[in-house]
Formats: sequence, C-alpha cells, structure tokens
Amino acid sequence: MKKEFEHPLIEMVGITKKFPGIIANDNIFLSLRKGEIHALLGENGAGKSTLMSVLFGLYQAEAGLIKKNGQVVSIQNPNDANKLGIGMVHQHFKLVEVFTVLDNIILGSEPLKGGVINRKQAKLDLQKLSSAYGLSVDLDARIEDITVGMQQRVEILKMLYRKNEILIFDEPTAVLTPQEIEELMQIMRNLIKENKSILFITHKLQEIMAVSDRVTVLRKGKFIGTVETKNTSIPELSKMMVGRDVEFSIQKETVKPGKIVLKVNQLSISSSRGKKLSLDNISFDVKEGEIVGIAGIEGNGQSELAYCISGLMKQDTGVIQLLGQPINALSIRQRTELGIAHIPEDRHKYGLILDFPLSYNLALKKYHKAPYSHSGFIDFKYVDQRATTLIENFDVRTSMGSKTDTRSMSGGNQQKAIIARELDLNTPFLLSVQLTRGLDVGAIEYIHERLLKQRELKKAILLISLELDEIMKLSDRILVIYEGKIVKELDPKQTTNEEIGMYMAGGKTHE
Amino acid sequence: MNKFIKRIEHRFSTSRLFLFISKTPNRIAVSSSILAILAGLWVGFLIMLFFNPLQSVEGFFLIIGGWLLRADILRDIGRWLYTTGPLLMTGLSVGFAFKTGLFNIGATGQYTLGMFVAIWIGFYSGFLGPFHWLIAVFGGMVAGALLGLLNGFLKAKFNVHEVITSIMLNYIVMYFVNSSIKQNPIMFDFERGTTRTILETAFLPTFGLRTLFVGSPIDIGIVIAILVAILTWFILYKTTFGFELQATGLNRFAAKYSGINENRSIMLSMMIAGALAGLGGTLYFLSSGARNIGTFYEPADALIATGFEGIAVALLGMSNPIGIIFSSIFITFIQRGGQYMQGIGIKIEIIEVIIAAILYASAISLIFKEYINRVKLNRQKKKVEDK
Repeated sequence: MKKEFEHPLIEMVGITKKFPGIIANDNIFLSLRKGEIHALLGENGAGKSTLMSVLFGLYQAEAGLIKKNGQVVSIQNPNDANKLGIGMVHQHFKLVEVFTVLDNIILGSEPLKGGVINRKQAKLDLQKLSSAYGLSVDLDARIEDITVGMQQRVEILKMLYRKNEILIFDEPTAVLTPQEIEELMQIMRNLIKENKSILFITHKLQEIMAVSDRVTVLRKGKFIGTVETKNTSIPELSKMMVGRDVEFSIQKETVKPGKIVLKVNQLSISSSRGKKLSLDNISFDVKEGEIVGIAGIEGNGQSELAYCISGLMKQDTGVIQLLGQPINALSIRQRTELGIAHIPEDRHKYGLILDFPLSYNLALKKYHKAPYSHSGFIDFKYVDQRATTLIENFDVRTSMGSKTDTRSMSGGNQQKAIIARELDLNTPFLLSVQLTRGLDVGAIEYIHERLLKQRELKKAILLISLELDEIMKLSDRILVIYEGKIVKELDPKQTTNEEIGMYMAGGKTHE
Repeated sequence: MNKFIKRIEHRFSTSRLFLFISKTPNRIAVSSSILAILAGLWVGFLIMLFFNPLQSVEGFFLIIGGWLLRADILRDIGRWLYTTGPLLMTGLSVGFAFKTGLFNIGATGQYTLGMFVAIWIGFYSGFLGPFHWLIAVFGGMVAGALLGLLNGFLKAKFNVHEVITSIMLNYIVMYFVNSSIKQNPIMFDFERGTTRTILETAFLPTFGLRTLFVGSPIDIGIVIAILVAILTWFILYKTTFGFELQATGLNRFAAKYSGINENRSIMLSMMIAGALAGLGGTLYFLSSGARNIGTFYEPADALIATGFEGIAVALLGMSNPIGIIFSSIFITFIQRGGQYMQGIGIKIEIIEVIIAAILYASAISLIFKEYINRVKLNRQKKKVEDK
C-alpha cells in the first residue's frame, strides 16, 4: 500500500520517436517501480528497443519526458544514463574477447592507485559482489574461453560494479539454454531482493509469466497497456502483443518418409582456433518428406555443418552425398544445380545483396541461366516479371514491387524473399538455418506453413534452429548437437524441452 | 536545437537550387556531385581571394569557362578533348574496380606501364605497317591488364589488400620504366631529357579531327575512350558478367553463397581495371602532338598524376561509366582554364587544390545526399503542416 504514494523510480511519459518514414514510438508510457521486474513485451519492430535506447540516451525523443523519482531528467547520452544509475545488458554483449573477465568489468571505471590500475582492489570488490548476488564467474578467464551464460553474468556484474540501480535486460534469454534461463531468472529474483529494479525486454510469454511483476505491451510503436502479471494470462498477453488470437499449435499432415536424399557420413572439420573440432565425426541422413531438426546452443557446430553442406566451407574428412552422389568436390553452384536450396543463417551477410533491387535478389541463383539470361546477356524484363510473380505468391510486402530497395524492407519480408527464391529452385533438398530469427509472430506462422507444405511435397528438409520451440513444432526427428557432435536423436512426440535442454548443455552424454 | 538547424538550412540555400532535380535517388546522386563541384570551386575561389585578391574574380571566371572566350577557341577545345581521353580511362579504371568493391590506386602504375609498352612497340615494330598503332594500343592494354591481374591475384589467393600491393607496384613500375627508357638511346634523347618521337606509323589516326580543331593534338583517342566507356557501361549493367562483378562488389559473401566464383570476379575486375588504365597511358603517348613532333615522356622520379586524378573522376562520376565521361570532361575543362589562369599570374596549383577539394567533397557525398533528403523531408512536412 505504501508504494501507491511514492513516485515511480522511472517514468517515461508520452515518449514519441520518429525515424524517416516510420514512427518507432508513438506516445508511449512506462513506469518502473522500485524493486520490481517490469517486462516490456512486443514483437520485433514494436518499438521496445527504441524505447530502451531513448531511456539509455542512445536516441533523443521528439516528444515526452523522462522522470526519475518524480523529477524530470535529461538523458543525452549513455554517460548521463549511467550517472542516473541506469545500466543495460545488450542483446549482443559488448565485451572485449581477448581481455579477462576482470578487465572487461572494470573497463572504463578502473580503480586507480597512484595512477596504476588497482586490480587487487577490483578483484576483492567483485568477489564480494558476485557472492552477494549468486553470480559465479571466473575473474581471470578470458571472455573468448567462457560460456555465453557466463558472459551474460559478466555483463550483469559490469552494471552492478558501476552501482547501477535500474537494470535493463535486452532479450537476455535468446542465447541461453532452458537451464541457463532458469538460472538467470533466479539471479533476477536475487537482484530484486537487493532493491534493484529491472526492465526486461522480451517476446517470450512464459518467461514473463515466470518472473515479472508487471508487463507493458507495445504493438507497432503504440502503447497498448500495462498489466499486473498475476492478473493476466498467456493468451491475453499474446492477443495484446499481436492484436488478434494466435494459433499456438500447428496442423501437421502425416507424410511417410521416402528414400534418403541427403546422407552425411563421418563429417569432421577442425576449428579455426584451438584444438577442438568444430564438427566431430557427424553422421545422419534426411529422407524425402521429412523434416530433421538440429537442436543446439549457438556455436556448437551448426553453422559449420550448414556451410559444409552448402559448400561455403570445405570439410576435412567425411562424405556428404546428395541423391546418392558424393558432393565433396562440387562447387556451390554445382551443388545448387544438383539439388540444394539454402536458406542461410545470416540473411544480411549471405542471403541478400542489400543494395540490389529486390528483383535482382530474387534472380541471384538463376541469373546465369535461360530464361533469366541468354548467351551472357541478362533479360531484365523477365527478371522483373518473375520477381513480380514471386512477390505475389509469397506475400512479400514491398513499397515499389520488384524495384524495391532490398535494404529498405523489413526483416520478415526480406526473409520471405529469400524463401521465395530458394523454394523457386524447386530442389529435392532444402537446407534451412535460423528460418525465423528475429521475425514477428505473423511472419513466423506463414513461413512455418510454407515449410510444412514443402514437406508434403516430399522434399527433404534439414532444419537448423536455435529456437527450441520451432524445432519441436516442425521436426519429425530431432538431432541434438553439442560441441560438434550429434549427442542424441529424439522423437519430438516423446520428449520434452527440458530433456532436449539437458542434452544441449552437454549433460547425459556419458550414459 | 531544431530552430538552430532550420536556420542553418536556410543559410545553405544552394541546396534549394538542386531540389528540383533531386526527385529520384539517381538524381540525388547527380545533384550531390554538383554540390561537390560547387564546394570545390568555392574553396578554390577562397584561396585565390587570399593569395591574389585582385585577380581572383577574373581567375575564377577563367576556370569556370571564361577561357573559352580567349584566343583560338577550336585549338583549345581540341587540346581539352585530347587530355580528356587518358583521364577518362584512368577514371574508368578506378570506377570499374570500385563497382567490384576494390580500390585500384594502382592506376598510375598501370598507366605508366601501358605507356611504356605502347611506345616501345612504337619505336621497334615499324614492320607492322598500318596495324602498327593498333598493336601498340593493344600492347599497352595487355601490359596494364597483367599488372592489374597481379594485384587481383594476390588479393584473391592470399588476401593481400590491393591498395598495399598497388602502391608498391606503382613505384616498382615507375622506376623500372624510367631506367629502361634512360638506358635506351633509341627511345631516349639525352639532350632534351625526354623520349624521342616514335615511328609515324604508331601515331593514332586523326580522322580529320585536326582539320576541325586546327593546331591541336587531338586524335581518335577521345573517341576510343568514349566508346570504351559506353562498352564498359554495357558490360557492367547488361551482362551476367557485370551482374557477377557488381554482386561481388556489393556483398562478397552473398556472391559466394549464390554460386559466383568471387575470386575469379576479383581477378577479372582488377585485370579489366588495369587494361583500362593501360589504355589511358597508350592514348596519351601515342599522340603525334600538335606540330607532328610527338608527345614526349619525361622520366622523372614522380608518379604520373593522371592515375590519381582518376580517383577524383571516378568518385565524381559515382563510379558509373557514363557519369565518368562527364566528370572527366569537366575536370579537364577546369584544368584547361587553369592554363589560362597562369597567364594572369595565378599559380596553376590552384586547379589541383580545387580538384582535391572536389575529391574530398565527393568522398563525403553521402552527407550531401543525406542533407538533400532531409531538406526534402522537411519541405514535405512543412507542406503538410501548412495545409
């Protein structure tokens, strides 16, 4: 009851932030009470990150006020935010890979003794901090040698070391295993006990229900509402987030797997650094009409596996066969023509040439063949026509049709364009990596449906994903990869997220 | 703060002038080049105002076209177009490499080697008769191409940055060419300190251009250069090969992913860039000169500037072959004006300062583009608010 009369710790009142052509935040309200975990929920592009960037001083709002304890404050840059006790753990950690944990934490606010960094003092302080909050880290280890979970704890310690009171977590669970997520939630609860306040950005509803006190929902840059977590439910929240009812389960036709399309046999590849193998003696196959899911935590060899199959990287030993034919020695183009379509992990780095118009991107794998070109001359009229057809068939939303600047498109539509191009190759095998990374619920639903339709068409599909839910929903078989090895094959109908998570974290391997 | 920005925007009203031609992104590109030129000329004028306050206005007038009113107009236009050809080629060389994501700072070396091989053929291969000049042109191109290919090969196979290798090669080539010429009494005239006149059969044909531009060294060099530029445009924008080069330039990884052999693209692109620069050197030095005594090369321990000016030309032309035709014509136009400016006592180096300033402004043309976009946006907003 007492809280009712106090000013909220942080208040954002009527925040509006515009970018050319888009209103990222339109009159948003947010209040953070002292000692609460406040979740900020919304789809990609809803304006969560923009709002937090305004609070952290990375952007200036065009309208609206920020108040701390009832006083209007001005936050021009992250230093101002720091002075007000606001700290942020970014989605992509801001750590120096070759520095030790200790050096990373004190970087920028080093304790000095006679002009020299006093590491001894820092170490003592940090040991106190980490035991107080249950944040176990190895202060002398280098960042590149520790797990992602520990890196995150380093980021949290960084905020605590700077005596920040208001902690912003930007999608903190995206890179963690189910077990690590549970640990993080415990850490967050510990922080609250010590009177810290937390803003928690996410689009995962279960996490909100598990840990938060209140939720603020944004949709397409607009403020939808703030609710008490105990008075709401997952369906209600998802309706607020998406604006309509969401289908959580998916209809899967039964398809009988046919003959083997892709066969990987004892594939190994050495790592670019260190002695460990990136891929260690991997064998599996994918049959017609089957989706095989590869589950694992980021960096356990999934990328290398995809590169080896597509031809972007050469394996050291082992054989990859497509339709019974070994493809080790084939170039990327030869593999494409033999029958591999590839939806790449990183759509900006590999999937698209952002400065090409959309029609060129849709022709990227076929431009050298008729009817796209004749004896070395491109038929731009055909390129345009075909692009227009694909744009229609795959519901790619564009501002100028086939002539749209690819860079200007949203992530979801860029991904749809890639999928349109790859499915248009009409190959027997589809390699799909991080199919829906960073997309909103609507686009994910649509893409999943397209993928299942391919399965019904008797295509063989290898689905590599970090989203456990996606793997569980779509796969016919699940292979768990850990440190470059396939440690377990599971049937999605007979397993649980917890069991997969155990294997993903390297547990149960020595049974 | 916003008011302050608005006031500044009012000040720079030149941008308003160009709003009308900046309806589409392509036009924005053109207008940002024009802004870069204006910025460069403005800097040049300020410097003249500082060093030669009395002559500055006249000097500026001469640069921007006043020289056309002086003396023998056709002869001067002929001289202007003669110098345009080689610069167009080096500009094209740099621009072509830019399109593939490479920086060919080695244009000057390729230009020098192209020149050397061309005049060597010009001295020694008289037996070729009517094909003599053609073979010399071809030889110069091949020499430049091989030099470019070497850089491309090192980049593709060993990932050595092309800027490093080309800068090194520039000096190696320059000293190699200079010492080869100086040791050769057939090629080198010790008394004058320049090369001698090449065999007449190696001179580029003039096709009657000199009867129009009397007294100028003009020949078909400029025609060849413009045709090559158009051909380059065609290759870049209409063929699968050009598509591959552009794809590689814009995103090397995506090019590889889509099955393009990006190493081959890099090598071929550098090779073509080298050939273009080599052709530039050929066009300049196979000229029979104004009074049929030839164009001479003076071996000095300095890199030929045409190769570097090509960078400015390429940037100003937005790396588009057609744009480069216009930018090279423009740069040689003000250079010609510079010759006249000397006559009233202003140092010709002013022209280099102007070109450098234009280069600088072109390099930051993105800021200009952004600026035009913002002014446009504000205008639209204002219109909406007024309604």
